[in-house]
Amino acid sequence: MGQSRYDPKHLTPVMIIAFALFAISLLASLIFGARSLSIHEVWDGLVQQHPDSIATSVVQKRMIRTLFGLCCGAALGIAGVLMQSVTRNPIADPSILGVNMGAALFVVCGMAFFQISSAQQYIWFALSGAMLTAIFVFGIGSMGRGGATPLKLVLAGAATSVALSSLVTAVMIPRSYVMNQFRFWQVGSVGAGTWDSILLLLPFLLVGTAVALICIPGLNALALGDETARGLGVKTGMLRLTAACAGVILCGATTAVAGPIGFVGLLATHVIRLLLGADLRYLIPMSALAGAVILIGSDVVGRLIGSPGELEVGVVTAFVGAPILIILAMRVKVRSL
Amino acid sequence: MMNTIEMNTIEMNTVEINTIEMIRSGRIRRRRRWFVVTMVLTILTMALCCAMLLLGNTIYPLRDVIAVLAGEEIRGASFAINTIRLPRMVAGLLAGFAFGIAGYTFQTMLRNPLANPNVIGVTSGSSAAAVFCIIVLQSSKAVTSLVSVIAGLLTVLIIYVLARGTSFSIGRLILVGIGIQAMCNAMITYLMLIGEEHNLPAAVRWLTGSLNGVKLEELPLLVITCLIFVPSICLLGRPLMMLELGEQSATTLGVRTDLVRVLLIVSAVVLAAIATAITGPIASVAFLAGPIASRLVGIGTANSIPAGLVGAALVLAADLAGQFATPVKFPVGIITGIIGAPYLLFLLIQMNRRGDL
Amino acid sequence: MGSHLFQAKQLVAGYDQKMILDHVSLEIPSHEISVMIGANACGKSTLLKTLARLIKPASGEVLLDGKPIHQIPSKQLARVIGLLPQSPIVPEGISVADLVGRGRYPHQSMFGSWRQEDDEAVAEAMEMMNIAKLANHPIDELSGGQRQRVWIAMALAQQTDILFLDEPTTYLDITYQIEILDLLTDLNRKRGTTIVMVLHDINLAARYADYLFAMRQGQLIAEGKPSDIITSELIHDVFGLDCTIIQDPVSNSPSVVPIGRYHAHSGHAMMQIGGNVHAR
Repeated sequence: MGQSRYDPKHLTPVMIIAFALFAISLLASLIFGARSLSIHEVWDGLVQQHPDSIATSVVQKRMIRTLFGLCCGAALGIAGVLMQSVTRNPIADPSILGVNMGAALFVVCGMAFFQISSAQQYIWFALSGAMLTAIFVFGIGSMGRGGATPLKLVLAGAATSVALSSLVTAVMIPRSYVMNQFRFWQVGSVGAGTWDSILLLLPFLLVGTAVALICIPGLNALALGDETARGLGVKTGMLRLTAACAGVILCGATTAVAGPIGFVGLLATHVIRLLLGADLRYLIPMSALAGAVILIGSDVVGRLIGSPGELEVGVVTAFVGAPILIILAMRVKVRSL
Repeated sequence: MMNTIEMNTIEMNTVEINTIEMIRSGRIRRRRRWFVVTMVLTILTMALCCAMLLLGNTIYPLRDVIAVLAGEEIRGASFAINTIRLPRMVAGLLAGFAFGIAGYTFQTMLRNPLANPNVIGVTSGSSAAAVFCIIVLQSSKAVTSLVSVIAGLLTVLIIYVLARGTSFSIGRLILVGIGIQAMCNAMITYLMLIGEEHNLPAAVRWLTGSLNGVKLEELPLLVITCLIFVPSICLLGRPLMMLELGEQSATTLGVRTDLVRVLLIVSAVVLAAIATAITGPIASVAFLAGPIASRLVGIGTANSIPAGLVGAALVLAADLAGQFATPVKFPVGIITGIIGAPYLLFLLIQMNRRGDL
Repeated sequence: MGSHLFQAKQLVAGYDQKMILDHVSLEIPSHEISVMIGANACGKSTLLKTLARLIKPASGEVLLDGKPIHQIPSKQLARVIGLLPQSPIVPEGISVADLVGRGRYPHQSMFGSWRQEDDEAVAEAMEMMNIAKLANHPIDELSGGQRQRVWIAMALAQQTDILFLDEPTTYLDITYQIEILDLLTDLNRKRGTTIVMVLHDINLAARYADYLFAMRQGQLIAEGKPSDIITSELIHDVFGLDCTIIQDPVSNSPSVVPIGRYHAHSGHAMMQIGGNVHAR
């Protein structure tokens, strides 16, 4: 992790660009799709809201979808920052650490064995799955010399992901109804987002964000090293646990309503860190913004490429995020990984 | 009788005969263990092959099975055995052997059980290219298989170049592999989405390993591949053992490391890719076969053949389990995936404990 | 053991883009123990590896009996040159005898089975390194000192005329260091093996070496018998260390006594072997 502080000179232009991109992506999300609308129609749909107009209903649907994507993207962005701070690991991303798979497994089991079917139920199953998987992965990754080095965590996460994914398939195969619902789970999608799911996600998003904000000073100190942080009066153990919980809640809840979407945290935090440095006061909010832009943007791309159907957003983020992972792996000295 | 040698000084001409005897007898003992275990594995594998032919919706007596294999026409049995069970058995046997030996080769060369074609993304590269052929180019089976092999080799090359850095490290290799796998899986999902309905089943075959629907005509390719590349790996058994000692020691002992490595990698990748072309990627076999074989046979010898046999036995046993052990039929890839997952985690824990990572 | 002419001419070598050796030329004296000394990163390990053909020089050449070593088939070369790497890699669970036996590879053909002479070579090597009793033990059970002896035994089983060792004593206790160096001396005196090693301990180097190569920043700045070349000026050049040279009371070879900022009083008596005396 870089120790460079943000450069104040960059802050303003970056924020302007970020918000501009945000606005563009919002607009694009409303315009593009199986049936692309013109700006005029979008305006009509938003402001005038003729009940009979097709454009209006399309715009309404897309608005919800966009809002949903916004919430999920922000949640994943913040979760990414938290995970990376806690593990001091540039490649920590909930998908890489297997947390998403854990959430998915619990939900699928819930569908298969406990007959759950409502979003509220999904969320609690997903959260427990995410939490347990995080504990498990962290436990395995911490064993042995050096504690939880990034490499060991990623390996533990990847192995756990593989293990859980085969379990998921094993549960699913005999139950085609689960498979139908799972299609949405295999790779994250914002297509299924509804007003209800947004409302469901919101409390978790707010709680997670609030905790993240509270942890900012402590995490900034933690980046300087455990001993330094302790010297500054930070309770490192407690801080790590709290921040990790917040991160898991954020991505667990997101996985519950949208399925496992990978790489968003990785992408968002890296871009922002490159531009603004490692100060979490800027990193957290801007990563939330970046995450939202990335997710909405990927969704738009997915809708365009997959027309007339859609390509799930999880596929697009994997395609964009994986090369970034590779580049990171190439550049970073593995000893320090 | 030789005189006893004093400690810490050397008498050049009188090495105690006891020592030579001890060394030779130890070596013979270890070789004997290798042979015995390999024999047992062979018998086990043949027994599993018989089971594959005998068992099914209808259990045919051994007499009938032999008759059908000999060419006789027996109503019911001929169809079941020739069209369904025989191809299934041969595919399982050869593909399992191929995966096992390919995995063992990778693991030994890279000196790490985590480094096998599955984990480092080679098979996902093959699969992605194959799905591309099926859905976009709509190519024939032969072309698809060829492309998948080339793609597998290209993937290895790409991963090697990307992971090389200033010094080789297994960690970077695995990370790059994870990235490549994610991309390939994403591409496969995309291709499945835009594919036409009738192409999908063929494409799905590339995603999970399964012995279902293997046809007899597809098998000669696998047979020929095994006949060419299995012996090549076995012939390179001794240089492989030297490679196990590291680049410096291997070179010092006179091994042409670059050449041997290329030959071994090409052989392993071709075997894995062709096997994947016939059965799809059967999870975990490449990963499990080597360590299990080494545990049974012992370390210090070239264990390519035992690893192949373990692979074959795993696939056949898992397929039988998937067919008959549960009320629902599972494809073999799911069963092996479930077996392999806890071992992967166990291995990680062990490596962490020992400080290898 | 046979005699060979082993030379290096104007070697420029290193890793990737970074060249470490700067036009090094030398000749390894046959049937003697040569030691390379120098500070960290002076290039002594790089030089050893280049001589042992592990690194291909960017320019210059290494000649064995007049022939460039990169033109000699590797297996043939392996019957003449052996190397003990600095951090050998051990396949876990392998038995000691099997590991030592791998040293016989250069003498075996592709399909050849084990012959009597292979067993004899392994036995001899293990006896020499005093590990014969451990023949059928797995290597994991051995201590660090024992493992090092196993690795040297593997190099011995190769039965080469020239043996390169890259810091063979670095991670060992002092007892094991002396033991290994004594065993290597046995090898040299009784079998006539030419030994070339990198040692970081200058005093052990001075005692055990018949011939020294002193390096600094990729250049060979001095070579010769320890009693001839070890002076406090040389030590200052090579290590940046102020010192005084005395005669080792045990071996009569030169011994370096470092001078730091403390613990040095004027009027101490010294025996000089060349070089100046620094009084504090």
